[in-house]
Amino acid sequence: MELSLWTYEGPPHVGAMRIAASMEGVHYVLHAPQGDTYADLLFTMIERRDRRPPVTYTTFQARDLGGDTAELVQRTIADAVQRFQPEALLVGESCTAELIQDQPGALAAGMDLGGIPMVSLDLPAYSKKENWGAAETFYQLVRTLLKAQVPPPGTPKPSPQRWQQEGRRPRVNLLGPTLLGFRCRDDVKEITGLLQEHGIEVAVVAPLGARPADLVRLPEADANVCLYPEVADSVCSWLERSFGLPVVRTVPIGISATEAFLKEITTLLGLTGADGAVSNGGAAPGLPATAASASRLPWYSRSVDSTYLTGKRVFIFGDATHAVAAARIASKELGFEVVGLGSYSREQAREVRAAAKELGLEALITDDYLAVEKAMTEAAPELVLGTQMERHSAKRLGVPCAVISTPLHVQDVPARYAPQMGWEGANVIFDSWVHPLMMGLEEHLIGMFRHDFEFVDGHRSHLGDGAPSMTPAADPVHPGLKPELVGTAVDPAASTASASLGVATATATLEAPASGAIEIRWSPDGEAELHKIPFFVRSKVRRNTEGFARERGIALIDAETLYDAKAHLSH
Amino acid sequence: MGVSVADAASASPELLKQSGQREVFCGLTSIVWLHRRMPDAFFLVVGSRTCAHLVQSAAGVMIFAEPRFGTAILGERDLAGLADANEELDRLVRDLLERRPEIRTLFLVGSCPSEVIKLDLSRAAERLTSQFNGRVRVLNYSGSGIETTFTQGEDNALLSLLPLMPSSNENQLLIVGTLADAVEDRFVSLFAKMGIEAVRSLPPRRSTELPPVGKGTKVLLAQPFLSGTSRALVSRGAELINAPYPFGVEGSRDWMAAAAAAFGVDPARVAQVLDPLVERGRRALAPHRQVLEGKRLFLMPDSQMEIPLARFLSRECGMELVEVGTPYLDRQLMAQELALLPSGTQVSEGQDVERQLERVRAARPDLVVCGLGLANPLEAEGIATKWSIELVFSPIHGCDQAGDLAELFARPLRRRQLLAFS
Repeated sequence: MELSLWTYEGPPHVGAMRIAASMEGVHYVLHAPQGDTYADLLFTMIERRDRRPPVTYTTFQARDLGGDTAELVQRTIADAVQRFQPEALLVGESCTAELIQDQPGALAAGMDLGGIPMVSLDLPAYSKKENWGAAETFYQLVRTLLKAQVPPPGTPKPSPQRWQQEGRRPRVNLLGPTLLGFRCRDDVKEITGLLQEHGIEVAVVAPLGARPADLVRLPEADANVCLYPEVADSVCSWLERSFGLPVVRTVPIGISATEAFLKEITTLLGLTGADGAVSNGGAAPGLPATAASASRLPWYSRSVDSTYLTGKRVFIFGDATHAVAAARIASKELGFEVVGLGSYSREQAREVRAAAKELGLEALITDDYLAVEKAMTEAAPELVLGTQMERHSAKRLGVPCAVISTPLHVQDVPARYAPQMGWEGANVIFDSWVHPLMMGLEEHLIGMFRHDFEFVDGHRSHLGDGAPSMTPAADPVHPGLKPELVGTAVDPAASTASASLGVATATATLEAPASGAIEIRWSPDGEAELHKIPFFVRSKVRRNTEGFARERGIALIDAETLYDAKAHLSH
Repeated sequence: MGVSVADAASASPELLKQSGQREVFCGLTSIVWLHRRMPDAFFLVVGSRTCAHLVQSAAGVMIFAEPRFGTAILGERDLAGLADANEELDRLVRDLLERRPEIRTLFLVGSCPSEVIKLDLSRAAERLTSQFNGRVRVLNYSGSGIETTFTQGEDNALLSLLPLMPSSNENQLLIVGTLADAVEDRFVSLFAKMGIEAVRSLPPRRSTELPPVGKGTKVLLAQPFLSGTSRALVSRGAELINAPYPFGVEGSRDWMAAAAAAFGVDPARVAQVLDPLVERGRRALAPHRQVLEGKRLFLMPDSQMEIPLARFLSRECGMELVEVGTPYLDRQLMAQELALLPSGTQVSEGQDVERQLERVRAARPDLVVCGLGLANPLEAEGIATKWSIELVFSPIHGCDQAGDLAELFARPLRRRQLLAFS
């Protein structure tokens, strides 16, 4: 039994729903009690889907439990097949149905479904979670549709370069994009375009937008691109084992990863010339020569205004794929200092641990958002890259944040084209990570003019909501800066306003001295000196000085202590 | 649980009973407003990851520093041995209460899985109450989907408080059902003007300040979904005031007047207090009535507030009722409301969502009141919708709120008139 206040992932059957809802022609019959239909709103609200997910629930109640729930399952399956006429049927159960052991998959197997392929899903609700459920569902569906085609053992693997003999372009599958994934729709478009520029065709994109018949065509490609390992890793491995389809595993998020991805895929497909230069196999001319001309990120990052990004402390948490990519981009391509890295994806923990180790960090692998918030607080970052959970934690701490991973909010499904992958993805990442920070020159000017009478303490960047780096919560002792929203009831349906809730509570929790530690006070001259420090670094200086004082058993901080601490900490 | 008591068939409405897929929340959802009403209480769902995900999704983006609700997620080990599950629950509750010393009442909320494995939460509550030795009271109720729909969770939560309510034959008006604090204050001051001074509420604002109940208690239901609680209060000697529910000018007026009558307040004094409110409320309604009049309305079953809202929207806003869905029909609690519906109104009980959507498509209503899972898909088919969940979160009770309540339904229609892309 574990206590959960907010969860990063839903139950595994929600992962199965993501596969069904991402595809066309697939229907999912879910044996589940009344109330489990809540999951529909994830798709219709967060993704603003214009249709209901293709899921029929048995919605049994207590009075059904006394009777024949197995009969209810069979009736529901028969009705759903008749009404929706799917090309493939998924049958499974949610956590409660798992306990009553009606075995809906076995019941479906005993029914005449008119020859529709049926996948019985066994998703253990008490030990597994949403991404695992999505990966397992995708794998079981692909396996069911392809098992008749699996070549006998010993069959030689097809060459990924056979396209050269067959007089056609090389072609690959893009695997893993789903609804409720992070920017999948736009990533698919970006990567499809990128591959086309290199003369590579995309055969099948799945699950997003695919029909069961498209999955049957998967082995016709020369290679699989595992775009989202959380969902596609097991399918890619199975296709590699069973059909000899090689897998491109570099996830093209960021400049260096996009280059590595292109190198991996062109080498594999035999598109690299003898000189090592990437050719496009005689496809369209005008191929971008280098990343520098294809994306603005490298130049923007080198331009002088970006000098202020140097060493910005950044805390990263998300799914494994996006967290690892973010750590690499932040440290290598933007010159940030990564001060924390973690993920809730236990299945991919090894990759996250390795990435953290490279940065001299210990990876935080947890699905407890309070543990993440605690680590975030201790790391004292200037920017947080996280999920919706971290966005809220960062807001409470007064630290700017950009969302880089699921779980999502409706605002993370933008109307505009906003991929994360490829060259345009790098542009989007530059903008969305750098904009929440104050602009370089602006930061400099505020420092210069802070003694002018026009200067208002708590001055905010021009970037309205994006610049909470100096919100009141960051400096709780200052009396003029009490958050206005403290204690006010806010209509919980009003999303924008409610996001500000909890400022006061968080402040109280986070600033409370650790029990047993000495209580530190500030002398008037110490406090006065502290307030000469620009407010946007003041809370950090306050924290550092108090830490310094605590270590030395100094109970009263005066101006001298502050300068002692400054001298000590700058070493 | 209090599913329909078919004692007296109402004369006018046509009742269609449906069974099939029910697109409704379970009772756990009511935690989302209950925890805000009683800031000194914590709601601990004993359930699965699905339960945690449901409450989180229903609460939407409302993320607090640390919410006063959570889920004790059952793992495989808990399923293997129930003795362990009880020990685990005790440990988890101890940790939680150590972390949250301000909590005075802890509700253990039963879920579908906890009920199917027959985890006895009432014994757990007793055991934990004695362990905490009066510092925290531990109660339990079921919010499971197999036992409750959506707002029935509040009914069960209030029922669990009932044994703790002291007995007293003192004369008092007891308003039952969660109201927004500001709305409650307004009602209390209006009743005071009519000379009713002893007005109390269930649930109270502080979980430990429970009102008494007994022969002098007159119960006025602020919400239409409290079947179990109202019956239990009556069994403690209270008298149930028959009234429509306080939605719209007419409903709110009749609701307050029924309470006044029960206390023998002079009708002239009631009129003196309420007439100006009624007049002002009608003025506030007028611009919205212009938008809503003659428009055809379809209500999907969801919050159990559908019948009173249909009455308001038809009688005060001039809407035509195509179908009024309700998850279950309690004829006793709905008697006054059903009598006020236009004769021949199609009322449906229960749901078979696919067939109901077929009726929606066939009827092409001007507005459908429905849950969040159905709203965008219907909008994409060209049918305007109003999310029903807003109705349990917004202050909509009372004459003063009637204009706001009508506005909630008029807004989607106004918006459609505003938008133009060609």
